[in-house]
Amino acid sequence: MKLAVWTYEGPPHVGAMRVATGMKGLHYVLHAPQGDTYADLLFTMIERRGHRPPVTYTTFQARDLGADTANLFKDAARGAWERFRPQALIVGASCTAELIQDDPGGLAAAIGLPVPVIPLELPSYSRKENFGADETFHQIVRALARPAARTAQVSANILGPTGLGFRHRDDATEIAGLLEEMGIAVNVVAPMGASPADIARLPAAHFNVLLYPETAETAARFLERQFGQPWTRTIPYGARATRDFIAEVQALAGTTARPDEARLRLPWWSASVDSTYLTGKRVFVFGDATHAMAAARVARDEIGFEVAGLGCYNREFARPMRAAAKGYGLEALITDDYLEVEAAIAATAPELILGTQMERHIGKRLGIPCAVISAPVHVQDFPARYSPVMGFEGANVLFDTWVHPLVMGLEEHLLTMFRDDFEFHDSAGPSHYGAGQHPGRHRGADAPWPAAAAEAAAATTEAVPAAAPDPVGGTVIWLAEAERELKKIPFFVRAKARRNTERYAAERGIAAIAVETLYEAKAHYAR
Amino acid sequence: MNVPAAPVLGCRDTPVIRERGQHEVFCGLTGIIWLHRKIQDAFFLVVGSRTCAHLLQSAAGVMIFAEPRFGTAILEEKDLAGLADANAELDREVARLLARRPDIRQLFLVGSCPSEVIKLDLAKAADRLSAAHAPHVRVLNYSGSGIETTFTQGEDACLAAMVPVLPATQARELLLVGALPDVVEDQALALLADLGIGPVRCLPARRSDALPAIGPQTRYILVQPFLGDTDAALQRRGAQPIRAPFPFGEEGTTAWLAAIAAAWGVPADRFEAVTAAPRARARRAVAAVAATLKGKRITFLPDSQLEIPLARFLARECGMIPVEVATPFLHREIHGPDLDLLPAGPRLVEGQDVERQLDRLRADRPDLTVCGLGLANPLEAEGLATKWAIELVFTPVHLYDQAGDLAALFARPLRRRALLHREAAE
Ligand code: SF4
Ligand code: SF4
Repeated sequence: MKLAVWTYEGPPHVGAMRVATGMKGLHYVLHAPQGDTYADLLFTMIERRGHRPPVTYTTFQARDLGADTANLFKDAARGAWERFRPQALIVGASCTAELIQDDPGGLAAAIGLPVPVIPLELPSYSRKENFGADETFHQIVRALARPAARTAQVSANILGPTGLGFRHRDDATEIAGLLEEMGIAVNVVAPMGASPADIARLPAAHFNVLLYPETAETAARFLERQFGQPWTRTIPYGARATRDFIAEVQALAGTTARPDEARLRLPWWSASVDSTYLTGKRVFVFGDATHAMAAARVARDEIGFEVAGLGCYNREFARPMRAAAKGYGLEALITDDYLEVEAAIAATAPELILGTQMERHIGKRLGIPCAVISAPVHVQDFPARYSPVMGFEGANVLFDTWVHPLVMGLEEHLLTMFRDDFEFHDSAGPSHYGAGQHPGRHRGADAPWPAAAAEAAAATTEAVPAAAPDPVGGTVIWLAEAERELKKIPFFVRAKARRNTERYAAERGIAAIAVETLYEAKAHYAR
Repeated sequence: MNVPAAPVLGCRDTPVIRERGQHEVFCGLTGIIWLHRKIQDAFFLVVGSRTCAHLLQSAAGVMIFAEPRFGTAILEEKDLAGLADANAELDREVARLLARRPDIRQLFLVGSCPSEVIKLDLAKAADRLSAAHAPHVRVLNYSGSGIETTFTQGEDACLAAMVPVLPATQARELLLVGALPDVVEDQALALLADLGIGPVRCLPARRSDALPAIGPQTRYILVQPFLGDTDAALQRRGAQPIRAPFPFGEEGTTAWLAAIAAAWGVPADRFEAVTAAPRARARRAVAAVAATLKGKRITFLPDSQLEIPLARFLARECGMIPVEVATPFLHREIHGPDLDLLPAGPRLVEGQDVERQLDRLRADRPDLTVCGLGLANPLEAEGLATKWAIELVFTPVHLYDQAGDLAALFARPLRRRALLHREAAE
């Protein structure tokens, strides 16, 4: 038994739903109680889909237990087939149905539907959402893919995009564009947008492009084993990795064609002088392993940040993550307990967090700006505009979204110079946040529905005082003059100055902080 | 005194269509999202699965509660192997939790489908843990499982679990039953005080030191229509119900107050003096919005059990035309006064078969559909305006001063549609 407050991943059947909802012509019959239908809203509200997920829930009740839950399942499967006429069905159990052991696969087979029925075994009490997506896609591919001659033109499948994936919609478009510019046809994109008939013709492609190992690596490995299709290892995230990816694709496709780089702006945006202020900003990177590792590389090598923390919540990828973290001189943080992540971020005191929606909330509490790079995400992470994070346009998007939460370069200097100006004083905050909206201080922007503004505001104010876990301990006091001096420091570095000074004082047994202590600490921590 | 005139033909005797099929509704765990804000020294510990934890965080739609007063003890494979083990694990997690949160005085162990199916005895666990952590913390249990409860029934189960352990009294007191936002509860207490009615207690109380006592002299009135089990539990303790329409809208609030006033023998002139001004205010506020709603057809999918009283308010005070009013459970006695007032006409449905209901909805094409979050956008995409049912339990909507807000909740989707379609119409 493990106490959880917020979770990074849902149960495995939600992963299966992400696959089913991304696809066309597939239906999922899920043996589950009525409350599990909440999962529909993930897709209809967070992702704003205009269709219900293609899922029929049996919604068995207590009175059905021991009586006829098996028949209920059969009726639901038959009814779903009659109503929706899918090309194939996937069937499985949620956590509760797993306990009553009705064997959805066997029951569905027994009613003899005229389409393929794919049983899913997703252990709810040991595995999670990403596993569920990966295993579901694997089983679908295993059941439906048919041997086929390779297409005449060199072609590739794009594997991994699902419903509810972070920027999957636009990444798939962006990478398909890259491939086409290189003269490579896209055979199938799957699961997102693919029908069971499309899955059948996956083996016609010459190779596979794997965008999200979390959701499709097992399928890619299966296709390699069974149909001899090689797959790409590089995740095309950031300018450099995209170039590496292109080189990998060139080798697989036997071509020297390169896509046009004219629209890639990140390298120059980063080299231009205004970006000097980004140098060495300390970032904490956390998310699913694939996005976190890729983001760390861009942060250090393309934007000039210092990676001060790195980790992921999916243990399946602990090994590559540990190796990656070593490369930054760090110990990887591998945990799905957000309180642990919060403590690690508080102790690191970074200037920017690259994380998930959980870290966005951690950032709000600690007063540290955050940009989102990975699922789990919320409604505002599904933008109306085209906004990939992969390929060349993706690199441009990364620059914009990571730099946006920080104070602009020139603005930083002006704030220091005019900090006592009545209009331009530091508590006015960075101009792009609008009046009174410091990062970390604005009203819960993530309160899109009912829980309602009032609820959100109440909770936020209640939570704040007890919030920031103090890594040092509250034994050091500030003398009045030092406190005044601290106020002269621009607000966006003030919290760090306070923390560093307190740590410096604590380490030296200084009980009262004077102006001197402040500047000694500043000298000590100067980089 | 102020008894609203029933329509020539109400819905009391309308035959009810009973449906049994697939549901699309939250389970009772959802109630934790508002109950944990209401009861300020309570912690809700769900004993369940990753699904339960995920439901709680998704249904709220927000995760801004830094460390909320709820959590899920997620059962793992090793817990399923042997029950003794699971109990020991639970004891350990509870001890750890209470050590970290000394502000917690009441702990609710909330059962889920998995804990029910493996027959984890949470009542026994609650007794054991109560003994271990007395007198500082009292541990109670109830089930919010989806195999036994839908959505608002979770609050019912929670309150019903509290009733047997409330202290006894011989005092003649009024008990308001059901969680209201504090601001609305304060309005209710002020109105009752002005009427000279008291002492008044509330269930749930905001803190454990304000728990009400009950006995044969207790008269209670429900503020929410989904509290059937709590109602029965109170009667088992000898308390007497006051039945009335629910306090939605000017008319509902007046009828609700009038029923209490009658039980307390409040003179008519005093009732008039106290309620005249807020009644006028409420009527004005509703009238400002009702223009948008008048003559519009509305269907309720079964969700919160608020459907019948709300249909009554919308039909009588806002001029809407209910087409189908579906509710998860229709409680004849509790919903009776509202059924009397609801003009005959709509189909009344109890239970759910979601696909068939949607077929009927598509045939009816009402102007507004009240439904769950999972269905809202898909219905909008089909051109049907919707109102999320969950908002009705999160937002202050009871009593006079919220009557206008309540009407506005239904008017907003229609006004928004009109705005967005203005150009097309021109
Ligand atoms: S329906 Fe059951 S398993 Fe699902 S979230 Fe509710 S209590 Fe948990
Ligand atoms: S509202 Fe604040 S926290 Fe939310 S995305 Fe914008 S900057 Fe980030």
